Amino acid sequence: MGETVYILGVGMIKFGRFPERSVPDLGAEAALLALDDAGLGIRDMEALYSGNLLQASGMVGQRILQQIGQTGIPVVNCANACATGATAFREGWLSIKAGLHDLCLIVGTEQMGKAGLLGGPGGSRGIPTEGLLGSGTMPAVFAEAGMEHTRKHGTTFEQFAKISEKNHHHSTKNPKSMYQIETPLEKVMTAEMIAYPNTKLMCSVNVDGAAAAVIASESKARELGLGRAVKVSASVLTSDPWSERDLTMPDVNTCTRQAAKAAYEMAGIGPEDLNLVELHDCFATAEILHYENLGLCGEGEAGKLIDERETYHGGRIPVNVSGGLLSKGHPLGATGVANLFEVTQHLRREAGDRQVEGAKAGLTHVIGLGSACGVHILERVSA
Amino acid sequence: MAEEAHAKKPLPVLSFLKIPEQGDPYLEGHKCKSCGAVFLGARSVCAKCGTRDQLEATQLSNRGKLYVYSIVHRSFPGIQTPYISAIVDLEGGGTVKGNLVHIDPDPEVVRMGMPVEVIYEIAPRKDQEGNEYLTYYFQPAA
Repeated sequence: MGETVYILGVGMIKFGRFPERSVPDLGAEAALLALDDAGLGIRDMEALYSGNLLQASGMVGQRILQQIGQTGIPVVNCANACATGATAFREGWLSIKAGLHDLCLIVGTEQMGKAGLLGGPGGSRGIPTEGLLGSGTMPAVFAEAGMEHTRKHGTTFEQFAKISEKNHHHSTKNPKSMYQIETPLEKVMTAEMIAYPNTKLMCSVNVDGAAAAVIASESKARELGLGRAVKVSASVLTSDPWSERDLTMPDVNTCTRQAAKAAYEMAGIGPEDLNLVELHDCFATAEILHYENLGLCGEGEAGKLIDERETYHGGRIPVNVSGGLLSKGHPLGATGVANLFEVTQHLRREAGDRQVEGAKAGLTHVIGLGSACGVHILERVSA
Repeated sequence: MAEEAHAKKPLPVLSFLKIPEQGDPYLEGHKCKSCGAVFLGARSVCAKCGTRDQLEATQLSNRGKLYVYSIVHRSFPGIQTPYISAIVDLEGGGTVKGNLVHIDPDPEVVRMGMPVEVIYEIAPRKDQEGNEYLTYYFQPAA
């Protein structure tokens, strides 16, 4: 394969609700933050890979350049459900790997407002089937995925709820998180039940947000100085391979397992070498599944992993120290890039109060239902 | 009267619910003759093995086992809650999603793995033209 790719700069706006602003406006702010962080300008960028889901036909990338500099570079607009941001990042990575570009700008952006429940059946023919033929809402779909873990391993409602308590706790140290509120376990468990076993506080937060990154080829990174650069050791994208129930009950496990396996092989390191993980906690139930899917523990040990607080900050393998989608928020197209922002900050030892001490390697993971899985492994360059 | 009754014949809620002129309604699967995978709804290519034009229609069983479920307390506006969203593995193949009825929506009561059966009833919703629909539900097996 071509040259190794490095992250030279990252940027992220504080997640929140900004109804008075536009999608390109949010993306432009994140892009400028990333360019400043890299010490570069828009005229240095050779291509823009833009991730946005809800305005997928709206040429968001070009509209970002209309705000920060129309240099005529190629722009690719990506949509891949909740894996949109990671897909945009990987498209940029691929173009550098292919030897086409030395410097690329990646932006993930989304405006959700108070979108409410996502999912449910589409189509206008016949009668609505929601609540008649089960539920297509995301909280229910991921509840059912969690119940499969309960069926196999006896995972309890309380164990699922602990995930949310943890991620809300983590977010208290992240000034860019939508919420920074300690949320005791009892409060999580007694919150309004949305779709058992997911209560309202076990569902990700619909927010507006944007994040961006500047990536470079190894030769360009060396020319500019590797000082704060972070190495992209693996970039993997999978779709859902056929599995027994996938077409009725979306299988988020197999595509994650295949992506993780390929990413560890590409990076030449294993889960035991990771210092932190930002994974797709769209619902509290999902985080439990991905502990095993990403190899952070053995089969059936995810409940024990959270019970023993191994994935808390300070534990053996901290997960979602940013606060995760459950508290930081989940602006669909921005999420994958925001995960890379978080891990990059830790590897550069610039994560402030929530710094994972001595972080050398980290993994990011997103799932777009339908399904797409993106996994990236990042490593610190300097000792 | 006869003509009016004919005009009111219910429509199937989904394409794979079949309402024959004679006999009882049933769920139809399409089974790959090459690898045995069972799909809901007609198709020409098997998503498991890629074989073309080897899928044959098969009547799915009305008996199965509850694989997993969720108890839905909040849904879209106008949808009555709570209800049980259930994933059921039918005997002989086919995994179907639907509401599990005639049981308390309570995790202390619903058991994964419990035997269930498919029942067919007129749906409590009509389309904009006033057409009736036949739907299916799951209930604990007798």
